[in-house]
Amino acid sequence: MALQSLDIVRRSATTTPEPGVRQPAVGPVAKLIDTTKCIGCKACQVACMEWNDLRDEIGTNVGVYDNPPDLTDASWTVMRFAEYENPKGDLEWLIRKDGCMHCADPGCLKACPAPGAIVQYSNGIVDFHEENCIGCGYCIAGCPFDIPRISKRDKKAYKCTLCSDRVAVGLEPACIKACPTGALVFGTKEDMQQHAAERVADLKSRGFEQAGLYDPPGVGGTHVMYVLHHADQPQLYAGLAPDPHISALVGLWKGASKPWALALMGLTALAGFFHFVRIGRNRIEDRDEAAAQQALEAARRSAPPGSGGTREKRP
Amino acid sequence: MSPSDARPTVVRYTAGERTTHWLIALAFVLAALSGLVLFHPALFWLSVFFGGGPWTRILHPFIGLFMLIVFLSFAATVWDDNRMQPADWQWLRRWRDVVNNREEQLPEVGRYNAGQKLLFLVIVACLAGLLLSGLVIWRAYFSSYFAIGLIRFASLLHAVCAFVLICAILVHIYAAVWVKGSIHAMLGGTVTPGWAWKHHRAWFRQITHAAHPRTGPD
Repeated sequence: MALQSLDIVRRSATTTPEPGVRQPAVGPVAKLIDTTKCIGCKACQVACMEWNDLRDEIGTNVGVYDNPPDLTDASWTVMRFAEYENPKGDLEWLIRKDGCMHCADPGCLKACPAPGAIVQYSNGIVDFHEENCIGCGYCIAGCPFDIPRISKRDKKAYKCTLCSDRVAVGLEPACIKACPTGALVFGTKEDMQQHAAERVADLKSRGFEQAGLYDPPGVGGTHVMYVLHHADQPQLYAGLAPDPHISALVGLWKGASKPWALALMGLTALAGFFHFVRIGRNRIEDRDEAAAQQALEAARRSAPPGSGGTREKRP
Repeated sequence: MSPSDARPTVVRYTAGERTTHWLIALAFVLAALSGLVLFHPALFWLSVFFGGGPWTRILHPFIGLFMLIVFLSFAATVWDDNRMQPADWQWLRRWRDVVNNREEQLPEVGRYNAGQKLLFLVIVACLAGLLLSGLVIWRAYFSSYFAIGLIRFASLLHAVCAFVLICAILVHIYAAVWVKGSIHAMLGGTVTPGWAWKHHRAWFRQITHAAHPRTGPD
């Protein structure tokens, strides 16, 4: 929802800069999700429901711990459980809290055709303003993480807000508040990167050689980051994208081609106008009518009387 | 034209053809304007003509489908007359004579000239592309059945086809202004014999001959 207390730096379907004089003194914020500390309790899911007044429809058990089985318009975060058999033959239960990654270069915002339906605040949060949403679903095509969901009830797109309403008044997101193991932490992005570096060093000392921070540069970095035991294989974590970026097709569709296409349409119309001005209309002269009359007369003369007419029918 | 009028006329378009043409034209304008709303932020204001952003999004695909269905019935009647013939390629090679109004230097033209035939082909190709891609990106009903890569490709294809079609129709509209008598033909249905003689002489000969079956060609 629209908030006066957070400055907007980017706004969907808007080609001029937003007011950008004010800068957050502490820099952008970030949520750090430490998958190595997550126990899959889903307290974060419950906290999200509670704070955001979301009550998803009761679904059915699909045979795995994921509940609900996917993100929906009313479930903005979902724990995804992956069973991974490592090279030593041991089972690892990789649990990842899925939800909006709050990209620095958001594909949803790039694709959105409705002015102000998607905004990016100066603190890095990407937020949907549903009152401006027209329900086209372009954000879904633009998102490299398959996050936005269109509601069947109101045809608006929804996703995690990173509790922008809480953050705006100095509170941490609801999910952070509820996490019992400290797997979720929130602060400035710089602090979160430092904290992650400590966690990664600790994990490496415990034998997780490939432990690392997931802050994908393909989307300019994200304001939701993961600490992964296997940072070299993010796809192990229920298909987390190894190198996410805005699709080249979306880039072409929503990038330079748009102003060029408009310009070429305008030029086509202008070409017609100047053809009219320079060369002019193609008119029928009297000699054309005379020649046609001659041809008609010739046809009429050789036809039997009464069969001819002035009105010609095409076959 | 009344029978007492001295000047004869030639029927170019029947009432049915005129009706379908203008239904397609109306639907095209609405589909193009509502599509441009979603295409570029600078044109989002056009959504006021459709009742706002969400209504534009709701109406656009239905307008497009309506245009397509009416076009199919129209295309069926003009399909045969729009097949490219060897003389058409000669006509196209002489495009300089075409744009400079030097029609006497061009091969005789049947019911449609090569430019009109090309336009017809472009419209058919673009509408096919718009239909297929449009179904894929129709979020309310169909998008959930398709892979995300296909949806992205269809989004781009839809924009490309729409761009080509809009440019083609701009040319079509100007051509109708340029060749005097064309708009009258599509509104009232008739042209003067001189118009048919000058712009579509082979067609003129054909219908003259058909009206007088015992007459040989001029």
